[in-house]
Amino acid sequence: MLFINLFCLALIGFIVWWFWLYSPEAPVSQEGIEIVVKDGVYTPSRVKIPSGQATSLTFLRQDKSACSAILQLPALEISEELALDKPTVINIPAMTPGEYAFHCQMQMYKGVIVVE
Amino acid sequence: MDTNRVQLNIIGAGCASCVGKIEKALKSVPGVDSVEMNFAERIVDVSGSATPQQLIAAVEAAGYNATQLQAEAGNDAMDEKEQADLDYYRSLLRHTFIALSVGIPLMIYGLFIGEMTVTTTTEQLAWGLVGLVTLSIMLLSGKHFYVGAWKSFVHHNANMDTLIALGTGTAWLYSMLVVAFPTLLPEMARHVYFEATAMIIGLINLGLALEVKARGKTSEAIKRLIGLQAKTARVIRDGKELDIDIAQVLQGDKVRVRPGEKIPVDGVVIEGATMVDESMLTGEPMPVEKAIDSEVVTGTLNKSGSIVFSATRVGKDTALARIIAMVKRAQNSKLPIGRLADVIASYFVPAIMIIAIVSAMVWFNFGPEPSMVFAIVSATTVLIIACPCALGLATPMSVMVGVGKAAESGVLIRNGEALQTASKISVMVLDKTGTITQGSPQVTDVVVTQAASIGESEVLALAAGIERHSEHPLAEAIVESATRREIELEDVEAFTAISGRGVQAQLNGQSLLFGNQALMQDYEVDIQAYQAKAQQLAAEAKTPMYLARDNELIAIIAVADPIKPDSAEAIARLKHNGIKVVMLTGDNQATAKAVAAKVGIETFFAEVMPQDKASKVAELQKDGEVVGMTGDGINDAPALALANVGFAIGTGTDVAIESADITLMRGSLHGLADAIAVSKATLRNIKQNLFGAFVYNAAGIPIAAGILYPMFGLLLNPVIAGAAMAFSSLTVVSNANRLRLFKAKAH
Ligand SMILES: [Cu+2]
Repeated sequence: MLFINLFCLALIGFIVWWFWLYSPEAPVSQEGIEIVVKDGVYTPSRVKIPSGQATSLTFLRQDKSACSAILQLPALEISEELALDKPTVINIPAMTPGEYAFHCQMQMYKGVIVVE
Repeated sequence: MDTNRVQLNIIGAGCASCVGKIEKALKSVPGVDSVEMNFAERIVDVSGSATPQQLIAAVEAAGYNATQLQAEAGNDAMDEKEQADLDYYRSLLRHTFIALSVGIPLMIYGLFIGEMTVTTTTEQLAWGLVGLVTLSIMLLSGKHFYVGAWKSFVHHNANMDTLIALGTGTAWLYSMLVVAFPTLLPEMARHVYFEATAMIIGLINLGLALEVKARGKTSEAIKRLIGLQAKTARVIRDGKELDIDIAQVLQGDKVRVRPGEKIPVDGVVIEGATMVDESMLTGEPMPVEKAIDSEVVTGTLNKSGSIVFSATRVGKDTALARIIAMVKRAQNSKLPIGRLADVIASYFVPAIMIIAIVSAMVWFNFGPEPSMVFAIVSATTVLIIACPCALGLATPMSVMVGVGKAAESGVLIRNGEALQTASKISVMVLDKTGTITQGSPQVTDVVVTQAASIGESEVLALAAGIERHSEHPLAEAIVESATRREIELEDVEAFTAISGRGVQAQLNGQSLLFGNQALMQDYEVDIQAYQAKAQQLAAEAKTPMYLARDNELIAIIAVADPIKPDSAEAIARLKHNGIKVVMLTGDNQATAKAVAAKVGIETFFAEVMPQDKASKVAELQKDGEVVGMTGDGINDAPALALANVGFAIGTGTDVAIESADITLMRGSLHGLADAIAVSKATLRNIKQNLFGAFVYNAAGIPIAAGILYPMFGLLLNPVIAGAAMAFSSLTVVSNANRLRLFKAKAH
């Protein structure tokens, strides 16, 4: 009885930490980033780009589900349809340092661009 | 051998050094003349006689993947997308069928035939077998949920897949526990839930399938626009006519279009004349006359004659291609109203997981026996019913349909924000010239005086003969009017323009004066007898011009910019919707007053300079109004930009499309009323969706958690939750689709 209750409380603690408190892994930084859209996630989901310099991100959507088809980057008012099994290049203008979220239409796929 | 150009998309080229490798691989293909790779876009241009298949094979041999890039991302891309959707739809249906074919018999057994409890060893074996069958269903038909859930979990993300995986996983694991160690649990709690797992997987796949189907319909407007494009064009090169793919038409090509054919690219007519039906683009039903020097626009339909035109814009530069791109962009853009839903959605899933655990704990500690079963059932049901999909879909689906709907009636909306703001406009500012009126003055009256001794035609011949040398805006109207009546113009000499007054000229030794009242007074021409007539013309919003011969008045020619036939009706529609209408014009007070009276506008400002138009808008905004501004010219641009929503009246080929929030493709002001009507309907639809999705989650979760149990003894079955979840997003998509049937009031 007590054991199950303690287990539940621990589970709640874990959920809060894992989804809300945990600071995510170091962003991927490389020239010409390609982000694969598959199985409910963007891989990599955190990308680092330099500030004050226009770049581009290539998305490769390998997931047929309807939610994954649209990429949105609200801060830049980007909303682009990703072609299936074909790279879609998203041009990113020069940005000021900060974190910019991108996601699909239903926010099931989530990612962050870290501008440094 | 033929030389052609192939563009390939390269997949998997992560670094700059890949470029060299790929280029080398392509150059080694026989028949390749040149290779050029754009690393940023991962696109490589190859020219030569090699086939795309050979080139792709070469890239693959070098360790990368490639696909051919279609030069015209029109029909083909759409077909491909439809094919992909259809494949996905079918695979979802297949999964549904597999899962339900196990789930339904199990459920029927549980409901009507036997108890789903485990006590004896035989039952243990039998249910253990069922458990394994269910597991294979989970892996076969539900694999995408589990893979997705795991992948996003690793990324510290949680989504719909997480909820489904947790819900069905909990039900299955508990059931397997019962099968393996029945003695661990009290007898009442030895119940298995395999049927729920199979049913939920089947139903959610079904829901997804129906959603894919319904989503396909929402982009119908785009499909229709793309469908307007012709596939081939008849081009005249080196004196020969040949049919080629529209992607290969070059700027400057001569293109022949016969009656009944579509205009393949944008251009200017150089031979022939015809009537062109532009209704699919502008919503304007009347065919438009096209002669030499007229512009023709891609996708419009040539009705009567055969023409040859010179291509001015091809490929993705054509007006239609730009319109399609713009509608697509707007369809996918966010509305401020949707942002709240976004914020909720991003915290939603982990919160649901916590709610499910808390609900299970409450049942476990305080619930009736078998409390363990109630705990498991309520947690499973909460997880399953709480999918955030409906909430996430509520806004984008309606925006997609609303923007497409507007495009169908020739209203181009630039982004979601404009769509939302248009529904709140309280004051509509209209520019007079070109907006309420046609913007091209015409001769309306020719009054010949007694002293003239010549007829109307001769008077016009004189006036037009003089004005042909003038650059005054009204001059064109007079020359055009004479030409249209096939009057031969007089050859006047010694032409002098008198600034702000008019002109002076000579004809056969006679002196001629043509201009305003001030000119007549300067030369002491007696106009007394016709003063009343002139005033009457002015009151009708016409501009009277005086023609004198040897200092004697021989005629008054009135020129006016005619009001568009449906302006008054469209303005009445705006007023009916509770929008105040204000007119601005650079014209004089009398003309402004006459025009305003004719179209039913009470508030107007005359003699407004272009820069003052913007400050009028600012003034209105300071009074707390949400201002819409409608204009057609470059001089309206500052005001259009400042207004909450700027409406540009453009032909669709104009730069105006790029600068305004909303562009009305046809000249009529009905487009304005239509735009506002569509905007209001869309916002209403979004609110319905959000309300529906919110009620579904807000009511569904507590019921699933068991809030009704103490009073009514009611606890939701996880299978019902699965069905509800499957159909919640479908409801949102269908409600958005309902918007497609919306009709702005008949004109
Ligand atoms: Cu979803």
